[in-house]
Amino acid sequence: MNIAEGVQIVSFGILGTTMLAAALGVVLLSNIVYSAFLLGGVFVSMAGIYLLLNADFVAAAQILIYVGAINVLILFAIMLVNKQEDFSAVPKRWIRNGATAIVCFGLFALLGTMVLITPWSIAPATAVAVQDTVVEIGKHFFSDYLLPFELASVLLLMAMVGAIILARRDFIPEQLGVQQTALTLPEQPRESSAGSIASDEMPSS
Amino acid sequence: MHVQLQYCLLIAAALFCTGIYGLITSRNAVRVLMSIELLLNAVNLNLMGFSNFLDPTRIKGQVFTVFVLTVAAAEAAVGLAIILAIYRNRDTVDMEKFNLLKW
Repeated sequence: MNIAEGVQIVSFGILGTTMLAAALGVVLLSNIVYSAFLLGGVFVSMAGIYLLLNADFVAAAQILIYVGAINVLILFAIMLVNKQEDFSAVPKRWIRNGATAIVCFGLFALLGTMVLITPWSIAPATAVAVQDTVVEIGKHFFSDYLLPFELASVLLLMAMVGAIILARRDFIPEQLGVQQTALTLPEQPRESSAGSIASDEMPSS
Repeated sequence: MHVQLQYCLLIAAALFCTGIYGLITSRNAVRVLMSIELLLNAVNLNLMGFSNFLDPTRIKGQVFTVFVLTVAAAEAAVGLAIILAIYRNRDTVDMEKFNLLKW
């Protein structure tokens, strides 16, 4: 990458700081909508770091898939399960949180020590970085990673069908005599006679 | 001064620990799913760092990152469908109340 070293290091620092701050916000903020938008910030900063690491195709894929698909999906999930509920207090919860924080700090210390003392076999500076990453990744996909590439399509198909099956409501046929208008949904929740929520969603008869 | 492999790995480790903390302590099921995305992103950053610094001629780390992206997309779709289904059944998204499998 032909950007000056100083520019690289400064932008890497800014992107890393932004990413870590946004990740902490995702975990710690109480409003989950803010968390979802900060998650988008994490993904965008990650794409910037990918660009600094000479990976333009993966950066574009990160923006498209994570920000464009997964983040939007999470926002939709938040809208669908948007119920303001005050979580009931669980006794001794602070002990759990504290223990988890200690374990996470310990894990970070362990990983950091491992990263810093391991003699990485860095590639020599004479090794030229791949300029056309799309071509190189495509070559890998259609030669030595052909089987995983095809399996990924099957996996995506299975995930799509599975998500539809899981999220679908049970179909209850209409009672006789009820007019089916064009704007009512042909489905009813399972507890349509009991719950108060369900009564809102019953088609108007 | 130069962007080094260690910086990438340290940032990825910090992101991973943040994700694990959120995964264990959060009570909203959607936030748990977001924490899983953070974990996957940390792993992706590791793979990209290795791909750039240890293997710059045959960028196999980027290929693995694309596969992880695929799996993450599938996982998010199925996970959110599961959350929707359990929200319809239990009428809550509180992780403390999902104790169907508790012994």
